[in-house]
Amino acid sequence: MKLFKIRGGVHPDDRKHLAAGQSIEILPMPALLHIPLQQHIGAPASPAVRRGQHVAKGDRLANGQGVISAPVHAPTSGRVMGVGSYPAHHASGLSVPTITLKPDGEDRWGDSIQGVADPFALDPDEIAARVAAAGVVGLGGATFPAAVKLNLRKKYRLHTLVINGAECEPYLTCDDRLMRERAEAVIDGIRIMAHALGVERVVIGIENNKPEAQASMVVAASAYPSIRLARLPTRYPMGSEKHLVQTLTGRETPARGLTADIGVVVHNPATAFAVHEALRFGYPLVSRVVTISGGAIAQPRNLQAPLGTRIQDLIDYCGGFREEPARLISGGPMMGQPLPSTRVPTVKGSNGVLALTAAETNQRDPMPCIRCGSCVQACPCGLVPLEMAAHARTGDLEGAVKLGLMDCIGCGSCSYVCPGHIPLVQFFNYAKGEMAARGRVKQKQAETKRLAEQRTARIEEIKRAKREAMDRRRREAAAKKQAEADPPAPATITEQPVAAGTEA
Amino acid sequence: MSIETPAVTAGPFAHERVSISRTMGLVMLALLPATLFGFWQFGWPAIHLFIATVLAALLAEAMSLRVAGKPVRPYLMDGSALLTGWLLAMSLPPWAPWWIGVVGSFLAIVVAKQVFGGIGQNLFNPAMVARVALLIAFPLEMTSFVAPTPLFSAGAPGLVEGLAITFGGQGFDAFSGATVLGHVRTELGQGEALSTILPGLYAPVSGAIGTVAGSLGETSALLILLGGLFLLYKRIITWHIPLVMLGTIALLATLMHLYDPEHYTGALYHLVSGATLLGAFFIATDLVTSPVSTRGQILFGAGCGLLVYVIRTWTGYPEGVAFAILLMNACTPLIDHYVKPRIYGRDRKGAPIEYADGAGANQ
Repeated sequence: MKLFKIRGGVHPDDRKHLAAGQSIEILPMPALLHIPLQQHIGAPASPAVRRGQHVAKGDRLANGQGVISAPVHAPTSGRVMGVGSYPAHHASGLSVPTITLKPDGEDRWGDSIQGVADPFALDPDEIAARVAAAGVVGLGGATFPAAVKLNLRKKYRLHTLVINGAECEPYLTCDDRLMRERAEAVIDGIRIMAHALGVERVVIGIENNKPEAQASMVVAASAYPSIRLARLPTRYPMGSEKHLVQTLTGRETPARGLTADIGVVVHNPATAFAVHEALRFGYPLVSRVVTISGGAIAQPRNLQAPLGTRIQDLIDYCGGFREEPARLISGGPMMGQPLPSTRVPTVKGSNGVLALTAAETNQRDPMPCIRCGSCVQACPCGLVPLEMAAHARTGDLEGAVKLGLMDCIGCGSCSYVCPGHIPLVQFFNYAKGEMAARGRVKQKQAETKRLAEQRTARIEEIKRAKREAMDRRRREAAAKKQAEADPPAPATITEQPVAAGTEA
Repeated sequence: MSIETPAVTAGPFAHERVSISRTMGLVMLALLPATLFGFWQFGWPAIHLFIATVLAALLAEAMSLRVAGKPVRPYLMDGSALLTGWLLAMSLPPWAPWWIGVVGSFLAIVVAKQVFGGIGQNLFNPAMVARVALLIAFPLEMTSFVAPTPLFSAGAPGLVEGLAITFGGQGFDAFSGATVLGHVRTELGQGEALSTILPGLYAPVSGAIGTVAGSLGETSALLILLGGLFLLYKRIITWHIPLVMLGTIALLATLMHLYDPEHYTGALYHLVSGATLLGAFFIATDLVTSPVSTRGQILFGAGCGLLVYVIRTWTGYPEGVAFAILLMNACTPLIDHYVKPRIYGRDRKGAPIEYADGAGANQ
């Protein structure tokens, strides 16, 4: 199919050969699982189990809270050891609410787990509800609740479902393996999602460095003419959903908007697989495929691991470290984040754990900017990173915003090519975080002001009502006096109206 | 300026195999053929001048860094000072006395670069600032060119004679010659027509190969072009500035030549003469002092080309590349301010894109 050009981008050494040849292996059940209550974007789930309680595989451990949230399920059967806190799968390593589960070794599904014979007979709302109940989130790494995206049909005129199998991050091969080995299931999930979205067209985008995945998906989709495969040029960040959609449709997503604004919804193949499992078998999302790779890993692998597995368990299964890694990263090397330790658990968004050697990270001390413009050429968003960084560095955040800071997708192409090794993304993340903090402060101030004004108005209203009541009583007293002085009028009792609004 | 180093927590955790010293090194590699040709063509005095100029540049850089309290070693090793000295030496008359090179290097490094804040901070190309300052301050030394006397050829100065020419202040009247540009300019000024001036003085072939009088490293158009193509191939520079600059010069020269062939030389003459190619591929494309956006670079290249032609044709100087590039350097901040790439998802004015058919929005 015809593809359109996107601007910028880089060609990092993809290093996929390390793990691409390894079939998905199912990790033996670890001794202990640490399942965080927030493994998605949105509100954290609230615990639904008590310490000591025995749960079956797939039982709900915590309920989603609000519209943008997702429940969390038991990855295996066992006993809840505690509902406490544990270091997060996050660069900060801060402790977050986590349920600790001790597997009983039976790995027994709950009795209520039941699939649907024909998902296509279901109402789209029903599909979305089941996906939501299964705790499925975007498994490409963004972890946005999948059901919310399936419900976009209510607000937008959608025409295309795009499956983002670009997997443009170096090293990562989990989607590649999934598409190679479980293509039928992935295609089934895709068809269920297309049905839920009510779209006619499905395009699966896979980069040309994954010919096997392309081939197996073509075979699996051959019975369905509405599903087409796009062979994408291998270029980072092809997997940025806005850029992928532009490559496929030639249209840019309007700034600050969603791809749904141009009628397209993007999902990841692993998400499609999870939807397939949820609808056909009733399985909630309790495990995922993780790529364990990097030059410091003895035997890079693709593992299907229960959520909550400690990173250390994954690494141990891969033969441990070949050498002391310079960096331990969750996700890909371009947009992933450093992990503070190997104690942290695997979560729904963990698509990779990389242990990189110093030679691989090629980190150097930054030098001054020589204005070479490499970053400008590399930026897929048409920004001028060197200027944004200069503004952010001096604390002029408004200046950086004016230059388009909020249009930055944080892909890291600019930092990747910078000959001065300037940590541009670090500057941008700092500026974005600081702007968000300022926004929150501003919002808080506005809210405080609004509440204070309301209170003042309320007090004024009370005073006014009291004054009026007093005036009325005075008038009535005067009238009474008058009446006593005058000859009594024919008996008409005027009903006393109750003063309204005096109660605060 | 020193960049504070944050404890890096943001990616990417991979990096292309690039560095500032690699960039500078590749530029120097690209300059090498033309430089060696200059050494061969102008002999020992040129080699001595080159060494003196480059060493002075390194010395000036080291002293400035020391004064500024910056770490000397990493900044000296980035290769920028070496490149500046190199480019300056290439633009000097090959038999100029040593102090021309040394004074030039100090002007370039101290005044044009370090005073602005060091690498990446200078507004003007340091080598060109020095060249222009020298031209204005020492017009005699800066316009005394020699006819090519290839190394080891009969009559060429030996090592010792070369030392005497570069360091001993010994005149070299016997060898003096004017550049083609200078000669033509003078003759035109005296009312001669091109049809009488050019024959015997200029041939496109010798101009392209470089067997003519001229600056140390500027005479061989072909070798400089080769270096420029190497830089394009290595993606150190993009085609925008050189191609647009050369195209503008060629266009103007062709139009004026068609208008009056007796007084305006043709495009090829302008392209192979003087510093045109060196300027287009190595000076105008200086990363620090040229615009960063593609459209800005096109504008910049066109401005350079226009000014080169105007200065060469209608002002008192026969050569205008240095002036043209410096003038456009001054415009670079302005160009970068107004000419920016279009941001993804926005129109040129910065408003979010709207589609006429409403795209996916529910009406």
